Amino acid sequence: MSGLELLTWARGPGLALALAIGLFGIVLRVFEIQALGRKADFAKARAITPGSGWRTIVSRSLPPPGMLKRAPLTYLGGYVFHIGLAIVVFGFAPHIELIRGLFGIRWPGLPNLFVDAATVAAIAAMLAVLVGRLTDPVKRLLSGFGDWLAWTLTFVPLLTGYAAFHHLMENYTLLLALHILSVELLLAVLPFTKLFHVVSLFMARWYNGDIAAKKGVAA
Amino acid sequence: MTATFERGINSFKEVLDAPIASFFASCVHCGLCAESCLFYTETGDPQYTPIHKLEPLRRTWFQEYTLLGKLAKLAGLSKPVTDDELAAWEPLVYDSCTMCGRCSMVCPVGNDLTYMIRKMREGMAASGHAPEGLVTATTRAITSGSPAGVKWVTVQAQIRRMEKQFGFTVPVNQANVDYLVLMSSWEILNYPEYLGAVGRIFKQAGATWTLSETAYEATNSGIQIGASDLARELVARIVKAAEELKVKCVISPECGHAYTAIRWEGPNLMGRPFGFEVKHILEVIDELHGSGRIKLQGSIDKPLTYHDPCQISRRGGVYEQPRALLKELAPQFREMNDSGTMNWCCGGGGGVGANERAEPLRLVSFKRKKAQIEELGVDTLVTACANCRVIIEEALEHYHMDVEMLGLTELVADHLEESAS
Ligand code: SF4
Ligand code: SF4
Repeated sequence: MSGLELLTWARGPGLALALAIGLFGIVLRVFEIQALGRKADFAKARAITPGSGWRTIVSRSLPPPGMLKRAPLTYLGGYVFHIGLAIVVFGFAPHIELIRGLFGIRWPGLPNLFVDAATVAAIAAMLAVLVGRLTDPVKRLLSGFGDWLAWTLTFVPLLTGYAAFHHLMENYTLLLALHILSVELLLAVLPFTKLFHVVSLFMARWYNGDIAAKKGVAA
Repeated sequence: MTATFERGINSFKEVLDAPIASFFASCVHCGLCAESCLFYTETGDPQYTPIHKLEPLRRTWFQEYTLLGKLAKLAGLSKPVTDDELAAWEPLVYDSCTMCGRCSMVCPVGNDLTYMIRKMREGMAASGHAPEGLVTATTRAITSGSPAGVKWVTVQAQIRRMEKQFGFTVPVNQANVDYLVLMSSWEILNYPEYLGAVGRIFKQAGATWTLSETAYEATNSGIQIGASDLARELVARIVKAAEELKVKCVISPECGHAYTAIRWEGPNLMGRPFGFEVKHILEVIDELHGSGRIKLQGSIDKPLTYHDPCQISRRGGVYEQPRALLKELAPQFREMNDSGTMNWCCGGGGGVGANERAEPLRLVSFKRKKAQIEELGVDTLVTACANCRVIIEEALEHYHMDVEMLGLTELVADHLEESAS
């Protein structure tokens, strides 16, 4: 298969397949969670409370007091990576074009130079957190195959995207095809790895905030 | 019912609900929960990472309630949970967790780890992997009415002592009063001043109250051990007394876990809402003070700080009241670094204090509180939980620290305006 054929497949059936699997996976996993239900809480909630599930969805994005100092690499690495990735995914003009083609919505893109810098920052942050994961005893204990897989699946699209943008390989078409395929793999696997947190954390944070709010605490 | 491995696993399956599933599904293995837990920060031992303490429960969820997990189990890629594994996890689930709730405030994806540990203990107890000390305390509570074996005659002796000292009558089994007052074993055994303080406060406020001969003990070790059936039996005694005496409000004593037990878990254990209110004594005092029914005078003229009992503050929502009272009583009141809902645990909550095996670890974990106190340079520590107080007093002695502990309720009672009473 030539680079062009691969690219054509990736842009057509490949994308459709990845979106279908990803979407099916997300629906399945959300169902798996919600099907377990939640018992009614008979304890009378406090009438006045500073917290709520919605509040925690937002507030948990910030480090609680004292935590940034305790784990700077985890927090800063996490922020740079997540923000960088968001800039690349939603700010790069060709990505916006793709989203418009799929869903019909669009917004203005960010300057290429800026997106490029964000890519480099995200790649650097990913390398930094990888070193952190390899060296920190707690993270080592918690890490398994799924963690290395999730890291790789996220890293390859960033790397191939960066390489394609800068034409770092002679066969640009093939590189672009690989980039798209790596993103598709990521989409398809996302619901079945820890990457699913992009969906489930909204539930987790909401429940946490809701439980605490009933007691009068903003979690 | 005898404890078996099978019962344990069934109990795991039973407690797994949508919140827990969303928590496990969200974990990104960032390790931040470890940084928030005093058992990790003070030992540096990764096994004390909160999410790691839940590993057997997580695998049960994965294998039973996810498609991927079911396939992985079939293919032999995910090991089933074994009885030996639960035995190995017992010290992690009980000795190194006070259910303080700090990790639940920190986890970036929002996991309420404490909620999960509380639930996991159900399965641990059902499979016979709960610490001996806690099991004994719970059995004693069921048979004698109190986990420490405190009998009503002991309470009566305290009543007589307080009546003599302060010159008021302690009402017993009085119906149609405002408040039913509960005590924890510690208050009956170590701090009888609590009863005297409550009596003095209510006398000035003109509030009606009573003790109950059948429900004086608020400590609920059934919850700490994770045995809901026993916890229900202990709560039911209080509910029965409160309903028979037709009180408006049940007051949880200066004990954090007792408050959680009756205020937040009680109605769920009974399977129905209560017809009476449940308040912590600090809430009641703050209300009486706010409405002018009690008046305070004088102040303590030395620097002091307040130790937030986890279950009262972070897991109970009572963190403003003690500060309002202390601001008035202690002009030199200072906050610790990390206070209120981000406080650090004393190290002895959640049944850890009743678990002898955990003592060395508990004393190591106290280094966090020790550092907080030393940083502030105060030698008076006020709190509102008799269990915290016992744990801290013991640890202060262990570390040869000259710090005085005070209960806030007594402090208030000692500063009631005399002309008003
Ligand atoms: S802090 Fe939360 S996401 Fe991070 S390892 Fe602990 S439970 Fe998992
Ligand atoms: S509840 Fe407290 S003691 Fe238990 S794991 Fe969390 S931070 Fe540690």
